[in-house]
Amino acid sequence: MTGTAGYRLLLAGLAVVTALLFVCSLLVGPAEVDAMTSLRALVSDEGGLMTLVMREIRLPRAILGLSIGATLGLSGAVLQGYLRNPLAEPGLLGISPSASLGAVIALYTGVAAAFPLGLPLAALAGAALAVLVVRVMAGTDGGVLSVILAGVAVSAFAGAMTSLALNLSANPYAALEIVFWMLGSLTDRSMTHVWLALPFMAFGWAMLAVTGKALDALTLGPDTAASLGVDLKRVRFLAVFGTAASVGAATAVAGAIGFVGLVVPHLLRPFTGSLPSRLLPASALGGAAMLLAADILVRVVMPGRDLKLGVLTALVGAPFFLWLVWRTRRRMV
Amino acid sequence: MARHRHRYRHRLAAEALALAALLPLPPAAAEEGAPRRVVSLNVCTDQLAMLIAGEGQLHSVSYMAQLPEASMLHEEAARYPVNHGLAEEVFLMQPDLVLTGTFTTRATTALLRRLGFRIEEFPPETSFDDVRENMLRLGRLLGRDARAAELVAALDRGLAGGAAGATGKLVATYSANSYTSGGGSLAGAVIEAAGLKNLGARLGIAGAGYLSLESLVLANPDLVAVDGREYDAPALAVENFVHPAFRRVAGDTKLVNVPARSWLCGGPFNLEAVRILRAAAEGTGR
Repeated sequence: MTGTAGYRLLLAGLAVVTALLFVCSLLVGPAEVDAMTSLRALVSDEGGLMTLVMREIRLPRAILGLSIGATLGLSGAVLQGYLRNPLAEPGLLGISPSASLGAVIALYTGVAAAFPLGLPLAALAGAALAVLVVRVMAGTDGGVLSVILAGVAVSAFAGAMTSLALNLSANPYAALEIVFWMLGSLTDRSMTHVWLALPFMAFGWAMLAVTGKALDALTLGPDTAASLGVDLKRVRFLAVFGTAASVGAATAVAGAIGFVGLVVPHLLRPFTGSLPSRLLPASALGGAAMLLAADILVRVVMPGRDLKLGVLTALVGAPFFLWLVWRTRRRMV
Repeated sequence: MARHRHRYRHRLAAEALALAALLPLPPAAAEEGAPRRVVSLNVCTDQLAMLIAGEGQLHSVSYMAQLPEASMLHEEAARYPVNHGLAEEVFLMQPDLVLTGTFTTRATTALLRRLGFRIEEFPPETSFDDVRENMLRLGRLLGRDARAAELVAALDRGLAGGAAGATGKLVATYSANSYTSGGGSLAGAVIEAAGLKNLGARLGIAGAGYLSLESLVLANPDLVAVDGREYDAPALAVENFVHPAFRRVAGDTKLVNVPARSWLCGGPFNLEAVRILRAAAEGTGR
């Protein structure tokens, strides 16, 4: 399955699964309306209130599920390749929690209300800061443990500061909203959120996508890669700001969703011949599929409870992470 | 029809006047042997106690009683020293009766009971029967039966007017975090008393429950009752009110501002919520 034909088959399969899950996401909701009526309401103007539900409630939710999942899968694959660390992932490295902190500061101080772009930009700034800290801590030899430990510290700090910012808010509901910022949700998001986040995410994807070839060379080590003509500074710039832009915008509208960026690249790596350039598109599709599936599950398993997405992704991701730590440790011994 | 409506307005005005007359306390001494130093720890018992207690009988109310967003009698409450439901401050007040809700300040209640204070707990009201019962019970406890009976009679007179103006329109309450009031809730009882139908109850929600934006849009109620409170700072909890789908289905003509304080606790002041809803239902046509 590692040949070019097999790889194309994998991408086609993932694309079909993602497309099916996207349609499925459009069809799931508290209002039990059959599939044909729902889809007709989406495309025609004569569906009345159902048209409103499809276009303003379910469509933005499905688009955000798709694009945020793709963001997490893609950035996880890039971070693992760039840091040459199997445990790298936006959530574990503190990038998503820091983006949450940026978004929380912009939203609850009222900056986001006065200047809508302030929300994704502040989240982007938070994410960029976290990537830079982790990058500095990783050093040139990229020790597996130092990166993860830096991530733990950044996560804990960002989480605590988010809690502080919410506690300081004059709004009585703010303090309870830490759950959203820590675990993420797509409930009742609107097209406004899509327009706010999608351009930044697309910009980030473009930056991350062009790192593929350089990451292939980096698997041989930074010195070899440099001798092969890879501009390491350029790769760093693309990886850091591509992750910051996409993960920042995703977190600004949906909160921090963990483990997608960890699990997806690992599951797909064996099918891509361990070539990062092939892993990137596959991980983007895989991440989209995983998040769409999780978002469908929260609506089917516990309707009306607004179960957070991070709960489901952690149920799958945390045991997987422990298994990875176990395997990494054995290899290091 | 026009004359009927005119007469109806007249009656509404009369009821409002009667309600206003109830609010200031007619000072009168309590019976012999009745508690003389009552401390209330819950915003609902605070308000009933302010209405029912005799002059000098009520010593302290909770700090929430002074908050305009939670208490109908917040101005009245300014006359009393406030407590924050802490055992220590209540102990120092040395009350001979402590009034509390069954769901709030549990630790304080347990501690005060161990210290030998007399505690009376009041469950939150979910119907007008509960409201009557709580008022009469507090009247008995304070030795103010006549005053309590008077308030219950006023409440009943106000409620009797509601049946006449029944429009049967569908109303949904919608608050922060997409919560609604279903069947078996005081807000639901107020809606029925105003001659309207409650969407939450129709959807099978018991008490307070989550109402998805989708269900709200598809149910397309005639009226959407919101608190209308402006917060000092933004929060995600109130983002549901600016969602484009909510705006489309609950345009300005359908939104009714029913202050939370008017139906958060049971009391004669619930008639204010009934009046607001009834007036809104009369003003909108489908």
